[in-house]
Amino acid sequence: MARIDAIKPGDQLPSLVDTPDIVQSFLYNAALWNAHRIHFDLPYATEAEGYPGLVVAGPLMGDWLTQCVLAWLGDDGRLASIEYSNRQAAYIGETLTTSGKVVAVDRDAGTATLEVAVSNEAGDVITPGSAVVRFHETGGGKS
Amino acid sequence: MSGLLSEALLANIGKQAPPRTEVVTRRDIRKYAVATGQRDPKFLAGDVAPPLYHVALFWDVVPMAELTPDGVSIDKLLPKFPLERAMAGGLKIDYHRDIVPGDVLVARRTLTDIYEKQGRQGPLIFYEVIMEVSTEAGEPVLTEKTTRILR
Repeated sequence: MARIDAIKPGDQLPSLVDTPDIVQSFLYNAALWNAHRIHFDLPYATEAEGYPGLVVAGPLMGDWLTQCVLAWLGDDGRLASIEYSNRQAAYIGETLTTSGKVVAVDRDAGTATLEVAVSNEAGDVITPGSAVVRFHETGGGKS
Repeated sequence: MSGLLSEALLANIGKQAPPRTEVVTRRDIRKYAVATGQRDPKFLAGDVAPPLYHVALFWDVVPMAELTPDGVSIDKLLPKFPLERAMAGGLKIDYHRDIVPGDVLVARRTLTDIYEKQGRQGPLIFYEVIMEVSTEAGEPVLTEKTTRILR
């Protein structure tokens, strides 16, 4: 049976847990070449900008959404699209959970639509999003 | 009809940034993969780029003197808006093809929309930038739409 035939709306994706520390934050912003001080300058972030701590870069949370989708999808398909919005900030030292669920399956198109989100320890959804995955066609063709 | 957006400001819709060309290296992919905590060995080995690697590849590199005091590089594609405090941003990416070491990729950015909405605590300005990434030969790689909100 093809993978897509076993998937149904409501299926949960395995969650991922990340606790970004200052080393990861440094490496991430260095990989981008992002010098925004709210990510590495604690006195600036707290005193000048009024944040409770160093801010986790927004697109890092977008990356975790893609990791959650790909870990579930494995080699059975490809990520066709992803969208997300950074609604609320996260801070270095917080434990952040990335989760998702299937909301629609289109067997004719070979695609599934997923709802994904990064949540903080308080349970707030800080980065909601959605993704579409396209399953590889299997030998027998589509029915 | 709009309170904040002058005709001159709206005339910026359609403006394009000069195309940027970057070379994808295995080392660069590996740095990105480690920094994002990738779980998949093919990303950590740099055989193929994770889906959001292009964010790093096309992040602007400018002289330090051109950074603002808070360390941000100014996006020259954008006009000066009458509201300046950035709120939430959103991203939508459509993928066409994997990115692998040795790719030479071209990014073309266009300011595609500017509009105003009334928020609960006052007016908000939205703008959208579309970045088309393709190979040098013109094969589509991905399309990214960024939406930003100013208050």
